[in-house]
Amino acid sequence: MNYSDLSSVMTVVMMTVFIGIVLWAWSGKRREDFEAAARVPLEEDLPAEQIRRQAGH
Amino acid sequence: MSEQSTYNYKVVRQFSIMTVVWGIVGMLVGVIIAAQLIWPDLNFGPWLTYGRLRPLHTNAVIFAFGGCALFATSYYAVQRTSHARLFSDGLAAFTFWGWQLIIVLAAVTLPLGITSGKEYAELEWPIDILITLVWVSYAIVFFGTIMKRKIPHIYVANWFFGAFILTVAVLHLVNSAAIPVSLTKSYSAYAGVQDAMIQWWYGHNAVGFFLTAGFLGIMYYFIPKQAGRPVYSYRLSVVHFWALIFTYMWAGPHHLHYTALPDWAQSIGMLFSLILLAPSWGGMINGMMTLSGAWHKLRDDPILKFLVTSLSFYGMSTFEGPMMSIKTVNALSHYTDWTIGHVHSGALGWVAMVSIGAIYYLIPRLFGRTEMHSVKLINVHFWISTIGVVLYISALWIAGVMQGLMWRAVNADGTLTYSFAEAVKATYPYHMVRLLGGSIFFIGMLIMAYNVWKTIAGQRAVDDAKIPAVTLAHA
Repeated sequence: MNYSDLSSVMTVVMMTVFIGIVLWAWSGKRREDFEAAARVPLEEDLPAEQIRRQAGH
Repeated sequence: MSEQSTYNYKVVRQFSIMTVVWGIVGMLVGVIIAAQLIWPDLNFGPWLTYGRLRPLHTNAVIFAFGGCALFATSYYAVQRTSHARLFSDGLAAFTFWGWQLIIVLAAVTLPLGITSGKEYAELEWPIDILITLVWVSYAIVFFGTIMKRKIPHIYVANWFFGAFILTVAVLHLVNSAAIPVSLTKSYSAYAGVQDAMIQWWYGHNAVGFFLTAGFLGIMYYFIPKQAGRPVYSYRLSVVHFWALIFTYMWAGPHHLHYTALPDWAQSIGMLFSLILLAPSWGGMINGMMTLSGAWHKLRDDPILKFLVTSLSFYGMSTFEGPMMSIKTVNALSHYTDWTIGHVHSGALGWVAMVSIGAIYYLIPRLFGRTEMHSVKLINVHFWISTIGVVLYISALWIAGVMQGLMWRAVNADGTLTYSFAEAVKATYPYHMVRLLGGSIFFIGMLIMAYNVWKTIAGQRAVDDAKIPAVTLAHA
């Protein structure tokens, strides 16, 4: 495999990884976790234990 | 109470204060070189000539002012969103004193004419090695703090700060590779067009990761805090983070349009620069929309005004940038004052304003007060800064387009319509307006320094900010 083939493979791999990230971020299962994560700076005075429980960990 | 149960505010405080100090120094040098372009008699020299002061200005505002702001905010945000004290107080102190030493060395060597001649990476090899040591320490302190976090999720601001720290390490190591011939002179390890490409791979990613990713980290922590609302869309923050990472790396060739760089490489640079509009605006929209339902807070909170206006300038300059990367537009804009106007729309409008907002947030909290000495003066500073930036960038837009048009104008017989000096002469009035805009922005920084001084004078430094206790009782 020469350099040119390798860079074509890399392009496809990177594109697939990025599409994977988008699908992962938009999957319904992430919603609750993301909502909890977004509250992290606002709830920074709460005990860590409580934040973890709210995030369902 | 163990020592570990408080946050390290000392290093945050040191970097916050120095942000204001270096902001004043760096912008003063900017005002001086803007004046030198109008009145050449102001070149004293060789030490204080434009050619030596210009890299001093860029290094001071990017790495001293911007760098201190990034150290301060990242150290503060990573501790508070991780519920953990900084990984090592000693290493953190080393990053502060090491970074200050680098800045002082830059301020001494650049006027002496000691330079490697690489834009935004002018410092000679011994200072480069010191930068590497400080940066590795920074990475250890930052990622070490992430490793010992008590919160399972790594908050998005830390992703941006982390990407900034990692990428700048790689950029610095690759671009600064050089062969030393004496203590004060080295030659780049690369030659010809490869050297140019590596330089602008570095240069544009310094914009993308130092001046963008790092300051987006500030945005993602300080806008939700100041607005009291969670970020608008967390999934958008994840997607635009990775989109930025995947695309920024390839945008560098747009600095080398119509040069010896192969045409296909120029086209790739242009294409990726155009794609960059999407993730850039993703970040801007995410920050702006965080205020949805709370827009009224903008009316009487000047800190929020700074933060949100910085996003408007971020949106403007990340629209302008891709447009300027289009080869045909670049044929007009390149080497003119338009480029300098574009840079300052990003540097003053986005980077400086988001930093100023964050520092106004931090200072009272680091010195045991609920707000700055004078909220009214923050408001004055906000309006002065905004007027200054708008004057600055609109003057250079006009000057740049005019220069581009004059340089390309040809007579019917193919000779140039204007000599170069005629374009220089026509630029004078616009350079006056630019000097005015820059001076106004600089005066704003003096007002900030006064306000910070009045806020901290006689105050006790906060060193006992408690990390919330872990309560296992009702788990």
